[in-house]
Amino acid sequence: MTQESFSARRASQNQSQEAEEIQVNTNVQSAGVDDLLDEIDSVLESNAEEFVRGFVQKGGQ
Amino acid sequence: MSARRLVGLETEYGIIRPQMPNANATVLSAQIVDAYAQLVAEQNSSAMAARWDYADESPLQDVRGFSISREQAHPSQLTDVEPGLEESGIWTAESIALDGNDARVGSTLYQEKDSTEVVMNLVLGNGARLYVDHAHPEYSSPESLTPRAAVLWDQAGDEVMRRAAATAQRLGGGELLLYKNNTDNKSVSYGSHENYLLPREVEFSSIVKGLTPFFASRQIFCGSGRVGQGMLGQKAAFQISQRADFFEAEVGLETTINRPIINTRDEPHANWDKYRRLHVIIGDANLGQISTLLRVGTTNLVLSLIEANMAPDIELAEPVQALQQISHDPSLKTAVRLRDGRELTAIEIQWLYFEASQKYCAARGIDDPDTAEILQRWQNILDILERDPLEASDQIDWIAKYKLINGFADRHQLSLADPRVAMMDLQWADLRTEKGLYYRLAARGAMQTLFSQDEINQAVTNPPEDTRAYLRGMALQRYAPYVIAANWDALSFAVPGARQISRFHMAEPLGGTRKSVGDLFDAELQISEFIDELARRR
Repeated sequence: MTQESFSARRASQNQSQEAEEIQVNTNVQSAGVDDLLDEIDSVLESNAEEFVRGFVQKGGQ
Repeated sequence: MSARRLVGLETEYGIIRPQMPNANATVLSAQIVDAYAQLVAEQNSSAMAARWDYADESPLQDVRGFSISREQAHPSQLTDVEPGLEESGIWTAESIALDGNDARVGSTLYQEKDSTEVVMNLVLGNGARLYVDHAHPEYSSPESLTPRAAVLWDQAGDEVMRRAAATAQRLGGGELLLYKNNTDNKSVSYGSHENYLLPREVEFSSIVKGLTPFFASRQIFCGSGRVGQGMLGQKAAFQISQRADFFEAEVGLETTINRPIINTRDEPHANWDKYRRLHVIIGDANLGQISTLLRVGTTNLVLSLIEANMAPDIELAEPVQALQQISHDPSLKTAVRLRDGRELTAIEIQWLYFEASQKYCAARGIDDPDTAEILQRWQNILDILERDPLEASDQIDWIAKYKLINGFADRHQLSLADPRVAMMDLQWADLRTEKGLYYRLAARGAMQTLFSQDEINQAVTNPPEDTRAYLRGMALQRYAPYVIAANWDALSFAVPGARQISRFHMAEPLGGTRKSVGDLFDAELQISEFIDELARRR
């Protein structure tokens, strides 16, 4: 496929509206990430190093 | 064909018992399956009392490898069981041995014994299979017909596992933690397989050619993300896929060693002359509903392209290398080399498949809502990924994880080699909704979803209505005491007083639907009447 046809396809969309919707989603998402990071200490297993070391699985498919 | 196709998703979950670091993983896995069997029994009021009797009386292990040649052996064995079966509410409600690998239910799971003896195998009332595969508990979803249904019954599997772990703990089995991931970052990987029904006449060579570039590149919207590169995770860097570094071959039969991008297992669990089951082992287990939807929906469309001989004519020069190069570059800028010398990014490869699919659907007038949704989402996600992958963080698992982990590392000035980063990578996939980082993010509205918890709970109980999973699941819901064996394409009943068991083959995966047999369940027939009527329908 040529680069031209990529551009043609994208130009056919209502980009401003789409960008607006994405902006909303992204804001909610970013707020969620920030909020979770604010309280990550209460969620994350406290003995990280030991915990991760102990996560040993046997082979699977 | 279209974005609709018969699909089943299998997930092997990671499992640990934190208080018992060296616990036998197979035993832990059996504990999960056993706990779920007990939960089902509890929900069936008078069941518990009969449970252990049945376990003693019913040599479930004799059902293993259920095959026609063994059929004659069963009536006599079943006679021993019948007194129990005639009582109401036998505990086995939904726990029936599938072909092979059965365990004695209620056996002492903590006894030291050969791990191969401690294997359990259930069929659930939603048509799914729950069992121990190698050293992992596995949920194999019931056959579903749309990408959305595939997502719903896959999510139901996560809920089944969650309930099983909670039940195990309540019953004194200790705390079992389950993870929907695909590696322990210490050389081991375990799978989440997809199964797609194809017409037998599709040439396998065209499947290999058509799918390989697609599979190497689809991870950009359905990878689950991983901190660690290399099988040992030796390099502390983020990559898109959990599984990419564990693939070493282009085509092959293996699933546990020398894993191939295209798996050649040919075991249709259906009419052999008519169907092929494509067994896909390259995918990541997704917690996110959108990633799962895209993974299944786009693959369905690409298989349709292959069937119609309309797949893009591209071949990767080095498919395995390309798979890993793409996975190792979250910026999505890496271009991989084609046989004809061109170099394309994963996004560009995906555009080729999208354009071909769009063209194919337009030419054939395929405009059902599922296909329309997949095409629209596929196009939308490629547009976003091209602009800025981070904008897809509310839809795509690896991007959500990437953003969370990088946000954490930035805040605390940590490198990705920090143990807390590794902890986040692992805890992302923790199935506990109060601890799992995916769930903590989703609870904040930061992940797009398709289904509510209520809908997922319904799918834990009920089968899809438009495949043979309906007959399997409903038979277990209504006539469990009489179902003595079930697998993907057969269902066997033992009727009190009957001299032989009744075995029904379900070689047509699109048969046994609510439309074709729903009235039999609605009529609330006695078991013998039900079996007679079912036999008449065939």
